[in-house]
Amino acid sequence: MTALITLTGVNKYYADYHALRDINLTINTGEFFSLLGPSGCGKTTLLRTIAGFESVSDGVVMIGGKDMADVPANLRPTNMVFQSYAIFPHLTVAENVAFGLRKSEDLDKPTKAKMVEEALTMVGLAGYGNRAAHALSGGQRQRVALARALILKPKVLLLDEPLSALDKKMREQMQVELIRLQRQVGITFILVTHDQEEALVMSDRIAVMFEGEIGQLADPETLYRRPNSRRVASFIGKMNFLDAEVKAVVEEIDVTVQGLGRLKISAEQAPEEVSVGPAVAGIRPETLGILFEGETTDRKLVDGVVDEVVYYGDMTYYDVRVDGVAQPLNIAMKNLIGRPVLDVGAKTRVIWDERSLVLLK
Amino acid sequence: MSLRIYAIAYLIFLYAPIVLLPIFAFNDATIIAFPLSGFTTDWFTELASNKSLHAAVKNSLFIALVSAVTSTILGVCAARAGAMHRFRFKAGIMGFIMLPLVLPEIIVAVSLLVVVVQILDLGLSNWTIIAAHVLICTPFCIAILNGAFQNLDPAMEEAAMDLGESRFSAFRLVTLPLVMPGIISSMLIAFTISLDEFIIAFFLSGSSPTMPVYIWGLLRFPASLPVVMALGTILVALSIVLLTIAELLRRRGLARAGVKDEGGFL
Repeated sequence: MTALITLTGVNKYYADYHALRDINLTINTGEFFSLLGPSGCGKTTLLRTIAGFESVSDGVVMIGGKDMADVPANLRPTNMVFQSYAIFPHLTVAENVAFGLRKSEDLDKPTKAKMVEEALTMVGLAGYGNRAAHALSGGQRQRVALARALILKPKVLLLDEPLSALDKKMREQMQVELIRLQRQVGITFILVTHDQEEALVMSDRIAVMFEGEIGQLADPETLYRRPNSRRVASFIGKMNFLDAEVKAVVEEIDVTVQGLGRLKISAEQAPEEVSVGPAVAGIRPETLGILFEGETTDRKLVDGVVDEVVYYGDMTYYDVRVDGVAQPLNIAMKNLIGRPVLDVGAKTRVIWDERSLVLLK
Repeated sequence: MSLRIYAIAYLIFLYAPIVLLPIFAFNDATIIAFPLSGFTTDWFTELASNKSLHAAVKNSLFIALVSAVTSTILGVCAARAGAMHRFRFKAGIMGFIMLPLVLPEIIVAVSLLVVVVQILDLGLSNWTIIAAHVLICTPFCIAILNGAFQNLDPAMEEAAMDLGESRFSAFRLVTLPLVMPGIISSMLIAFTISLDEFIIAFFLSGSSPTMPVYIWGLLRFPASLPVVMALGTILVALSIVLLTIAELLRRRGLARAGVKDEGGFL
């Protein structure tokens, strides 16, 4: 793995608004990298500074070992798929895809035509070349935008919320296709998204951004299982937050968690700078369980009362009130054969395990 | 029902005088009155031989063409800036540019006359009229072009730049073709405004008058009125042809860009 893009101390100010705060980031060759965060967190600004559409107020952007400070967007080894796709409506599909080849004067016409057809085939639009671009559906526009960007074989493909305009089914299909495409061409993809599921499904690594800074940078599994802060934990998936108090930090961490009592967790379940004192513990809904009649468990149990039931078909989400816990615990249960859907007010027992606990900043 | 009658009456009131133009242009009498006395093409023949009228028409066409092109170029710059960029005092600046729209032309004419003759100490010529016409046409051009640019996705130019084009060629290859219908409309409107503008041209024309100023001069001689009618007929026919062409171009542009048709002139 070699570093392809390096951002060092990147800051961006708009008048008195601090859009990017001291971003330090390395993105590797061939990586599928995602910038994830709520709207206004600076993820699109960061992408645009890499593309060259925004200058940095401070700091260095390097691509392939070259400082990009004086390199305008049209000369950078990056290509972008825009959120609106920005398909040129006055051109045909083939003319759109061939647009970036205008500057390649060493290629003759038949070569260009062949490259266009190959690019269209790659995105599943073989034979669409002569269609008018404005007559395409949303999913097809997306594919044209991809073909148009990839035909130039950039070092980096930048994707600005490329799937947000598609419906759910189309989005899931395109996610899979994008992953396949990225493996096929081996180009570094940088995806901007506010959809945590999308980021988890597609990325090798994810940077979660809040208010212009990177909150956590990790692979999807680490990000989901070991979020380093409360805001990362609540942005990605669901998380129950419990007040806790760290009693001692030795090799393991001795902690009291409200409702669950005193327990020991391993050091990797807590942030590095953990210290004795009040803290917040997080536990995912699917790592908790309800002990149904006739089922047994060797895990720990705590009594509770069902407060709310949300039925999803394959899953049921319960809110269960547990003595000593301020907020009801959110618990996700698979609707396996023989499992009833409990009613509000039902007395129940909650299964939990300290291994799924994380301490948060 | 009564509303329909009103609408029809309104249209008749609006267009009947224009219908009178060709009728009297071909009428064999110097007095503009019914009954008609006979068919003639004499007035058109006279029109063809009137050298000073030709000079006036040529002046007007030249002024209108230069004003239309100049004010449309300025309009494109302003509308593009307004649609794609954020800058300080944007609302104020845009408002200031649009101000000539509501300024009485007589005021513009007199003040420009003072500026050109007294302060700048320049002679009056077609160019002074062009300067003034650009001033009054530009707000109209901006208003028309704003619509064209506002519909444009700002990412479009960025996409072209991202694909290797410079800022200017991105504009030329992507933005320009997409706003072309707006540009044609803008030039047409500016051309028409300039062509029939009288007050400013009257104040600022030098030795050779523009067409409206010349026609106004002709009115002192009732005998030449039918010639004016003949000229008017040609102008109306020309306008209809021009507008039709512009509208056809506009519709074709919209169809090519796949945008929903939202009005237009015809």
